[in-house]
Amino acid sequence: MRAESVKQYSGAGESNLGAEGAAAPLRVAGFYTLFRTELTLAVRRRSDIVNPLLFFVTVLAMMPLGIGPEPEMLARMAAGLIWVMALLATLLSQESLFRGDYEDGSLEQLALQPQPLYFPVLAKVLVHWLVTGLPLALLSPLLGMMLNLGEAGYWPLFVSLALGTASLSLIGAVGAALTVALRRPGLLLALIIMPLYVPVLIFGTGTVQAALDGYSYGPQMAILGAILAAAAALAPLAAAGAIRISLEN
Amino acid sequence: MQFQFDSFASFIAMNGHGPYVWVSYVVALLVLVALVVQPLLRQRQLRRDFGRQMRQEEARRRTAEERQPQPEPTTAS
Amino acid sequence: MSWQWFHRLGSPRWFYQKTSAWLPWLGAASVLLLSVGIVWGLGFAPQDAKQGNSYRIIYIHVPAAFLALAGYYIMAFCGAIGLIWKMKLSFVVMRAAAPIGAALTFISLFTGAIWGKPTWGTYWVWDARITSMLILFFLYLGVMALSGAFSREQSGDKASALLALVGTVNIPIIYKSVDWWFTLHQPATLKLTEASTIDPSMFYPLITMIAGFYLFYAWVLTLHTRSLILQREWRTQWVRELFAPAARA
Repeated sequence: MRAESVKQYSGAGESNLGAEGAAAPLRVAGFYTLFRTELTLAVRRRSDIVNPLLFFVTVLAMMPLGIGPEPEMLARMAAGLIWVMALLATLLSQESLFRGDYEDGSLEQLALQPQPLYFPVLAKVLVHWLVTGLPLALLSPLLGMMLNLGEAGYWPLFVSLALGTASLSLIGAVGAALTVALRRPGLLLALIIMPLYVPVLIFGTGTVQAALDGYSYGPQMAILGAILAAAAALAPLAAAGAIRISLEN
Repeated sequence: MQFQFDSFASFIAMNGHGPYVWVSYVVALLVLVALVVQPLLRQRQLRRDFGRQMRQEEARRRTAEERQPQPEPTTAS
Repeated sequence: MSWQWFHRLGSPRWFYQKTSAWLPWLGAASVLLLSVGIVWGLGFAPQDAKQGNSYRIIYIHVPAAFLALAGYYIMAFCGAIGLIWKMKLSFVVMRAAAPIGAALTFISLFTGAIWGKPTWGTYWVWDARITSMLILFFLYLGVMALSGAFSREQSGDKASALLALVGTVNIPIIYKSVDWWFTLHQPATLKLTEASTIDPSMFYPLITMIAGFYLFYAWVLTLHTRSLILQREWRTQWVRELFAPAARA
């Protein structure tokens, strides 16, 4: 399965180089091909989608067992619990973001192509978000219901998770790229990335809390959007640099 | 400017806040001292390792010379 | 004006030889300033009207916190220079700065917690600045862990430099978000009144301590850098020549 993806990467690169000479369309076309390939691969490896979701649901089901079933207390903690678990689920799934490509050599091939690594990284992160972050966000109202979250919180929870997990995927990609050459990066990845997740977590839960308290949650949502925009601009650059460092190792 | 405490005992006690103040100062100073000592110990360790290796090389070269007496002018390293 | 000094600055050997002369002076000056500051702060500065004698912890706590934060920027700056100009020495300084910064962050957290007990009645409060300090501590630990995780030294240098840079971009965002989070959650009973004006008789020893900590930082950073240089350049001719007299004795 991986070998096939390698073929497609290089095939796309060649045909584009032959057909269109201009740099900009080439980048965008490369982005689209890579995105489609990655998405196909991700959908085929079903465990990549299902496992983070299962983790998310299982751990959240443990929570009332640990802290007690009182509805008021669960309601107060629901937003924070759901957000922290979403953060952990994203983090755990991030380790494999570049691993397969690193091990079979296609990451090196990507780095050798004339295009900058920015767009390939963005494509991979986008796919990662589509198969982990977005399903998490879609599932979150159900868990909110189980944890007795107020009804006013459902929509903000979904939107903040959808925006926030995209930022988490982008930031985590830097850590995944930095640790891809290491043999067992799991805990190290968590250690280096967790502190960088703090602003997203704060404004993510802040959004839900504001809605629950009956305030407008627009400002917090706007800040989450701003974080996402900044992360989308900067994180793939940092991740591209990190990939080149890892490939030297 | 004058010393703020009547006696040494009251300086230690600091009106009941003594334990907090002294623990903070002692721990902080210990960490600072460790920061100074650690690289010095490391350097000494490096020097010792280097000396050991030098002596081993020296011994090896001497046994080699005894087997093969060739006056080879080696520059001191 | 040539760039020769710049290239010489990048040579670990040059650094080692140059700093041999400075070290005793730096050490003596910092020990002197710190001793004066400690005696002044512990014995001669007047009692605080509200906090009594417990406020004397400030003379350790504030300078350590200052240097902990400044140290992160120093570390990241050295990492950036290393990445841009491929300067060997600046990576060494960056590596040396990480454990020092972590130690100073620890001091400021520890003394802050001890100070909290007589002032607020508990050792730990999720106050904005304490929380930010804790996250800074994690950032330091992440850089240290990542730099040690690579078997190839140069990869560890570059990867941890990149991580330090990413952290630098994030620190202001983390600080702002934690600040906002704290104003949101601040319990009414816990008012952290800020002494906006500080009496000169208390301020001068503080300034002395801050200056002492800066000198101490420079001293210790030089010491750590020198021992790392020797460790790295172990097999080079100049280190052999340096060590040879001691080895013969």
